[in-house]
Amino acid sequence: MENLVNIFVKSVFIDNMIFAYFLGMCSYLAVSKTVKTSTGLGIAVVFVLGFTVPVDYLLQNYVLKAGALSWLSPGLADVDLSFLSFIMFIAVIASMVQLVEMVIEKFSPALYSSLGIFLPLIAVNCAILGGSLFMQERDYANIAEATAFGLGSGVGWFLAIIGIAAIREKIRYSNVPAPLRGLGITFIITGLMGIAFMSFMGIKL
Amino acid sequence: MSDREPLFSAKNIKLLTEPLGENNPITVQVLGICSALAITVKMENSVVMAVSVMVVLAVSNVVISLLRNSIPPRIRIIVQLVVIATMVIVVDEILKAYAYEVSRQLSVFVGLIITNCILMGRLEAFAMGNKPWPSFLDGIGNAAGYGLILIIVAFFRELLGSGTFWGMKIIPDAWYDAGYQNNGLMILPPMALVTVGIIIWVQRGRNKNLVEDK
Repeated sequence: MENLVNIFVKSVFIDNMIFAYFLGMCSYLAVSKTVKTSTGLGIAVVFVLGFTVPVDYLLQNYVLKAGALSWLSPGLADVDLSFLSFIMFIAVIASMVQLVEMVIEKFSPALYSSLGIFLPLIAVNCAILGGSLFMQERDYANIAEATAFGLGSGVGWFLAIIGIAAIREKIRYSNVPAPLRGLGITFIITGLMGIAFMSFMGIKL
Repeated sequence: MSDREPLFSAKNIKLLTEPLGENNPITVQVLGICSALAITVKMENSVVMAVSVMVVLAVSNVVISLLRNSIPPRIRIIVQLVVIATMVIVVDEILKAYAYEVSRQLSVFVGLIITNCILMGRLEAFAMGNKPWPSFLDGIGNAAGYGLILIIVAFFRELLGSGTFWGMKIIPDAWYDAGYQNNGLMILPPMALVTVGIIIWVQRGRNKNLVEDK
């Protein structure tokens, strides 16, 4: 249990998707104009990451990894399908996004309409595929750890986009030099936020 | 097909050169930022990344452009993702075979070319509506514009952060003796963002058309 909390906190603050790996930057920059839309997108990302990372974890360990197919028959023990992982992961992500979309539409129409177009767009958000690829690279011991990592990464992304959206709402009233307006200042602010987040580095729990 | 335009007509040349400057994928179209920032610590990695993206983008642009009339619009995103993912797997396997060290340093970012917004963006915006040859040039041009920014950022980060250029030491020892120090902050991720921010500032300062409205 302690281990899970550790992984969760680590992926929220220390290995933050935005500030440490720049994943999901495109939608982060494009959607962070107001806090309201950013909240919607952030929640959707938490959902999808929380679903896809465990599913891809199962896929990785029971289908793709070298020798992973040995549960089917001992003869398949030396089959290594890991070169297929990109295409399998992206297929899982695309279909999970569809699934999450349908589930949310059914059970919470209010949330569904507030997420709107952002839900399908998440399929091409690098943070999602990045989450699965980091999970593969770091080789988590069991599915609970993978889930904690997925949720933590999602929450980290959520915090980051809310933060930048709040700052961008305020900075509209400031006198930013004309060529820096919009995109330029957003980059620099994200850099500064990243430096702030670096203060979490090296924390052991 | 009697009035075929020459292979390098003015329009096609423009496809190649525009993304280098006023229509740059990173600083103007805001595409493909994710991978652009994370791997720019060293020149070598950036060049490998730029070449990989160029190969993937040019080939998948051509493939999608050839298929553009037979892809049902509803499932086009899946089709595009499959084409891109296939190309990325090829590039990844080649890198692992011939440039293992670089491939290890790029780690997940080779795989992340799949979700690099440049690819989806260009396929969607250009290849779906144009013939293969212009799409090929568009792919090369945009990847070159992406690579250009990557290399500029990597140049400054490597020079100021490690005092090297392409792994070679170029800051003389005398400077270090005189108290010069490498700026360790440049190697860390946040400075990549600030560097790109400054590039945008310079570019927009020179070209007033790009300045955003308040």
